[in-house]
Amino acid sequence: MGNKIRIKMADLNIGKDGDILITSGLGSCVGVTLYDSKSQIGGMAHVMLPEFPENKDDGNPAKYADTALDMLIDKLKKAGASKRRFEAKMAGGAQMFKFSNSSDKMRIGARNIEAVKKYLKKSNIPIKGSEVGKDYGRTMEFDVGTGKATIKTVKKDDIIL
Amino acid sequence: MNLDQKLSELGPIQLDALKEVASIGAGNAATSLSNMLNGKIEMTVPEVNIMPVNQIPEIMGGAENLIIAMLVETEGDMEGGVLFALDTKAANRLIELLTGQSANIEDDLGEIEASALKEIANILTGSNLNAFAQMLDMTIKPDVPSLAYDMAGAILEVCFIELGQVGDYGLVVETEFKSDTAQGINGNFFLIPDPDSLEIMLKKLGVLDGE
Repeated sequence: MGNKIRIKMADLNIGKDGDILITSGLGSCVGVTLYDSKSQIGGMAHVMLPEFPENKDDGNPAKYADTALDMLIDKLKKAGASKRRFEAKMAGGAQMFKFSNSSDKMRIGARNIEAVKKYLKKSNIPIKGSEVGKDYGRTMEFDVGTGKATIKTVKKDDIIL
Repeated sequence: MNLDQKLSELGPIQLDALKEVASIGAGNAATSLSNMLNGKIEMTVPEVNIMPVNQIPEIMGGAENLIIAMLVETEGDMEGGVLFALDTKAANRLIELLTGQSANIEDDLGEIEASALKEIANILTGSNLNAFAQMLDMTIKPDVPSLAYDMAGAILEVCFIELGQVGDYGLVVETEFKSDTAQGINGNFFLIPDPDSLEIMLKKLGVLDGE
């Protein structure tokens, strides 16, 4: 069993071979992992919202998809990972309730998924696995030694990405 | 100063003001529930806390703990919602009290169980919202409840993000029910106004100075 590193909502962290990065209870948030298999260095972010608001300068950057991934990439590079080898996996972005006001702001899960995909595409990072959307909560465990992400849910069997 | 900073600086006097309103709401709710269940239901004086959103799952037993939650969206002067959350055991007890039949939602969460829980959520949120609406002279229109049975972290996260949007802090009202026929039914009540509405509410309570 590796060294377990827990990542809270609006937070991120990295690990090396032997570490397991875990984020629990993803709802509309999206868990994203980036991995360089050659150096066996990987990171995970638990993002809450799609984009850093333009009219604000006091927000927590780890909360937003774009700024969180910027930070994660920086951190991984400093640890010796190579950005051109990065591969991504993602989970979450669910809609837990059927909101009756189905206005745009109510679909944060879908918007988070889109924001992460857009960022990865722009950065030329391929998405190697994805378990997103629908209406259930997820826990994401990323084994940095193997690059495997296990998605756990309450009602279904584990899914390995 | 943004709203999160203001919230994090609320002191005991301010929280007491909120607690008083919440107590009236809980009292109303207990009366309505007693009438509905033909038995005496008491509710403890609620605990009111302002806490960082990412710590809220901990009070429900951790992010992965299975809970059942009824969400009622609100419109009017308080936009946002109210979430009423129970653990499996408490939900089963409440369904039994209401329907007179044994319930086990872990194996079978059918229409009867779901509608019983939604009905209870309607009464509880209605009573609580009425108290807030009257005390604060606000119009609050509750919608029909929707239900989710899943990880506490996922449910709470969705509610606070989708309704609260930017907030890092949540207003948590924790209440315990007691009935003469069933023991230890704990319920948690979360008031989730959007940031604008929360600011209005706090100002009306005299908790926040106008700027």
